[in-house]
Amino acid sequence: MIATPATEFATDGRRIGPVLMDLRNITLRFGGVVAIKDISFDIREGEIRAIIGPNGAGKSSMLNVISGFYVPQEGEIWFEGKKRPPMKPYEVARLGLARTFQNIALFDGMSVLDNIMTGRLNRMKAPLWSQAIWWGRAEREEVENREQVEKIIDFLEIQNIRKTPVGRLPYGLKKRVELARALAAEPRILLLDEPMAGMNVEEKEDMCRFILDLNDEFGTTIALIEHDMGVVMDLSDRVVVMDYGRKIGDGTPDEVRANPEVISAYLGVSQE
Amino acid sequence: MIYREAGDFKTSYRDDGQTFPIRLDRWSYYAALAVAFLVVPFFIDSYWANAVLVPFLIYAIAAIGLNILTGYAGQVSLGTGGFMAVGAYAVYKLMTAFPGVPIFVHILLAGLITAVVGMLFGLPSLRIKGFYLAVATLAAQFFLVWLFNKVPWFYNYSASGQITAPERTFLGWAVTGPATSASAKYLTCLVFAVALAWVARNLTRGTVGRKWMAIRDMDIAAEIIGVNPLSAKLSAFAVSSFFVGIAGALLFAVYLGAAEASEAFGINKSFLVLFMVIIGGLGSIFGSFAGAAFLVLLPVFLKNVLVARLGWPTDLAAHLELMIVGALIIFFLIVEPHGLARLWRLTKEKLRLWPFPH
Repeated sequence: MIATPATEFATDGRRIGPVLMDLRNITLRFGGVVAIKDISFDIREGEIRAIIGPNGAGKSSMLNVISGFYVPQEGEIWFEGKKRPPMKPYEVARLGLARTFQNIALFDGMSVLDNIMTGRLNRMKAPLWSQAIWWGRAEREEVENREQVEKIIDFLEIQNIRKTPVGRLPYGLKKRVELARALAAEPRILLLDEPMAGMNVEEKEDMCRFILDLNDEFGTTIALIEHDMGVVMDLSDRVVVMDYGRKIGDGTPDEVRANPEVISAYLGVSQE
Repeated sequence: MIYREAGDFKTSYRDDGQTFPIRLDRWSYYAALAVAFLVVPFFIDSYWANAVLVPFLIYAIAAIGLNILTGYAGQVSLGTGGFMAVGAYAVYKLMTAFPGVPIFVHILLAGLITAVVGMLFGLPSLRIKGFYLAVATLAAQFFLVWLFNKVPWFYNYSASGQITAPERTFLGWAVTGPATSASAKYLTCLVFAVALAWVARNLTRGTVGRKWMAIRDMDIAAEIIGVNPLSAKLSAFAVSSFFVGIAGALLFAVYLGAAEASEAFGINKSFLVLFMVIIGGLGSIFGSFAGAAFLVLLPVFLKNVLVARLGWPTDLAAHLELMIVGALIIFFLIVEPHGLARLWRLTKEKLRLWPFPH
């Protein structure tokens, strides 16, 4: 049923694989308000896919549909060649989707380490009795997963705040810890909801570097929403443009930039 | 100068995750355990056992139980008294129905029965939160106490409506009943308190504990990460009720010897344990012990000082106790919501730098 085009290579030589997730004719309504209107696009393995659009265009709703938080009234979501039935968010997480939030949603009462360890919950299956006596599988899993989490901590350069309660951290670091928590799940697709929002230039550069490195070194598939046009055009392989819940453009950054509808809706019509 | 982290390096993740990462802490903890097990039983008299140590240990278990639910998983409960009653009546029915089985098995089974009942009353937590959940658990409190008073089967049709613990022995020592020695009562409760505190610590530092805290701090994010809210909340209710049930069983069988549901397990008991958790510190095992010690010792202390030394009337001292506890609750809620445990941690952090804070 699903078309799997041959492996392609991006301009910089990275491997772009077959379609990983295919969204077909998604429509999402809240009462009479149509948040998303008949949108289709796909996410291919190994690529960075951006969703852009003005405020209220339905970008976050789209991400919430992908992560299972909203169930669309119409349309189908195909993941790894199979149609995904309506699922609870935690079931979607078990399929291999991890995400960050526009407004940071960390667990403030827990340390950075515990927050990131929470991201690996679905890989820790020790029975309750084993956890209760801290022996056998529970202890082994704890150490194994800690090793993986330490790799992520090294990668994101947050070694020094490992044991700090998250509530005490500044905004930029919180964003980074949230990325770490999502990464810890080793997701098939990583969804980032405005990863650069509210950051200064330096923090934005750091975050861009992390996103590119992730994609480059680990081949992580990333779908992101972002407002900073410069960032989007530089980072992403393909861009979906939304406006008023409709899709008005889809393609490489250059194609999107040249699309007149996109220009008038989002980038602004030139004064000439 | 001795209380230092510097130089105390951890070379494995296992060491890094242990309960007492600082060496001095670890040693003082082992020393305290050794004294509690090897020294105290030989010197304990019935006044110390009945007025201080046994109620302290039993309430500490109940406070850990409530702390797991409220402090770690963020689900407010006012049903502690009712769940303690379930533990007490369960152990009573088991003791009288199967006299041949060791009492320790009965107490653990009573805990398991309470866990099942707790899960049942935890079901509304999937739909309601905060104050509304508190009211739902309040319903559990009143319903359970009413049930144990109303249905004679629970108290074996005794004329007084009370339940009375028959004598049961363990290795020749009386553990329940009127002939129990002070040290036997103390040791029984100590074994349960230490074992359960250890289990609680293990659970809260591991996977299930992280699930509970994730639900507490931000339930939506927890669900997106892959925490099933149903299983996380119900497991918190089950584990918490298991602890509370064992506390109730010990309170009835070992400490009181005889009990009547509305008197021993009324709403006052729920609030007492809740205050222990608030004063001691939400989300801390140590805090549960500290809160229990504080609220058990306060009346004893006031009685000794005000009544015995200053010659005040007993009722005046009792009223003063209520006022002090009330004022303290307000004080802690406003000034230090994390309770005695937080104060203790701050002291330790200061002590690590002392005497050169810069």
